[in-house]
Amino acid sequence: MSATFALPRLSVRFVPVWRRNFLVWRKLAAPSVLFNLADPTIYMLGLGYGLGALMPDVAGRPYIAFLAAGTLAFSVMNTATFETLYSAFSRMHVQRTWDAITNAPIALDDVVLAELVWSASKAFLSGVAIFLVIAALGLASFPTALWALAVVPIVGLCFGALGLAVTALSPSYDFFSYYFTLVITPMAMLSGVFFPLEQLPAVMQAIARVLPLAHATELVRPLLFGEIPADIALHLAVLLGYAVAGFYAALVLFRRRLAS
Amino acid sequence: MARVSDAVLRVENLRKHYGDTEVVAGVSFEIRRGECFGLLGPNGAGKTTTLRLCLGLIEPDGGSVELLGEPVPRRARAARRRVGVVPQFDNIDPDFTVVENLLVYGRYFGIPDHEIRSRIPELLEFAGLASRADVRIQTLSGGMKRRLTLARALVNDPELVFMDEPTTGLDPQARHVIWERLKQLLARGKTILLTTHFMEEAERLCTRLVVMDRGRIIDTGSPRELIAQRIEPQVVEVHGDGVEAWSAGEARSLASRVELAGDTAFCYVRDPAPLLAHLERKPALRYLHRPANLEDVFLKLTGRELRD
Repeated sequence: MSATFALPRLSVRFVPVWRRNFLVWRKLAAPSVLFNLADPTIYMLGLGYGLGALMPDVAGRPYIAFLAAGTLAFSVMNTATFETLYSAFSRMHVQRTWDAITNAPIALDDVVLAELVWSASKAFLSGVAIFLVIAALGLASFPTALWALAVVPIVGLCFGALGLAVTALSPSYDFFSYYFTLVITPMAMLSGVFFPLEQLPAVMQAIARVLPLAHATELVRPLLFGEIPADIALHLAVLLGYAVAGFYAALVLFRRRLAS
Repeated sequence: MARVSDAVLRVENLRKHYGDTEVVAGVSFEIRRGECFGLLGPNGAGKTTTLRLCLGLIEPDGGSVELLGEPVPRRARAARRRVGVVPQFDNIDPDFTVVENLLVYGRYFGIPDHEIRSRIPELLEFAGLASRADVRIQTLSGGMKRRLTLARALVNDPELVFMDEPTTGLDPQARHVIWERLKQLLARGKTILLTTHFMEEAERLCTRLVVMDRGRIIDTGSPRELIAQRIEPQVVEVHGDGVEAWSAGEARSLASRVELAGDTAFCYVRDPAPLLAHLERKPALRYLHRPANLEDVFLKLTGRELRD
């Protein structure tokens, strides 16, 4: 039992496992980036210009500028979540890639760490792509906006860790629908992605304060506007807190599932 | 107290339970350098769990494992550096070509790329996949995938190779190729731990073996020893009309043991002559006379009822 709850034993042995995932991604990089880019871009342009034309300025900016920051945070979350749900589950359960890796001198902790870092890496890659679109539309104020790219991997780590914990519990792909329907989608509505949090009743705003995506948008949005965010330390602490807690929960659950 | 021996794997009183079931219930054995050691048993006997415990992939409830001189699970990762594993189910990476699979797997051992690349031609040659180096995995046959799994297990030039049912699901041609490759490995001085429920496989390859059932070792020896010591040397399989009544009656006085399985009576005898003479006078019964083999021992030890 003690082994199940032991502190994470982290080491650089995760690197070859990360490289394995990167090598697979590189083979399919073009369709992968397109997939990660096309969806959010279409929504951003469609809603931003279409719906935005009907609206007054939001938070003192055109709606598209407001939405751009939300889209960046939202799609980084989605990329990390998809990677740690569907892709990691395939590698663990369907292809048994993890079994093969742990037969080599690599421990389960190393594999889970590799999946976490990889999901943040992939989230970063897609975040950069969306950032370039936002910048090309003239919706980013340089040079401060570049700091948003430093926030992106932290958002990736946060949602990658939470996704891994869900995967550790999942009996099949179907299970992931619950996570999207019950957690990810409501969170997107409560986190200031599509409209300002101030629109919501006070109770909802209180809930939003514990949601990691809300903290992600509160960091990314001012940075894209060229402003220094308020409460930087708090936002980072919440994101990193979820990352650490999620990672530890995922480790315990994976150990119980695969190594007990 | 340190002991010096040529044991590459020493297992003592190993235990593991899941729920109320003791899957491994006090297993002890030793494997010596250069031998092919068989772990035999019906499905659910605890073979795969024993292997996973020996590799340090799961925590035992009791007992000890020493793999290549390292205590497991505490130093399992250091031990696994010098071990190769052919798992029961193929888990070759489907996203990669044959060569990429070997390269990526070698990296898990911390071997530098140039060193892995220099080993790959020999591994491909061994696996008979030299002409398929850059082919995607989906186009390989079942036998080729198994051979690639075997080559992958050798990428770190291991001293000991764990093989969990390496020929399950293969056709006879592919199976014979795997057997021949395993013999080559033994000739090179590698040690093999083989689990199987193919008695022919164990009889051909294993220098020593243990028979496991319900988490316990129920017998140990070389295939020849087990056949010589545990069972009558001759078997006459009898079938045909009325075999049921015959096996319950007349057969009893002619054979030292008779087992009826379906419509076949297995008669175990030391001297087959009286039984054969008797059968010659029974035109309704057909028979096959053969020497006893490991499968007969296995069925005697573990029974004939289905395990699933």
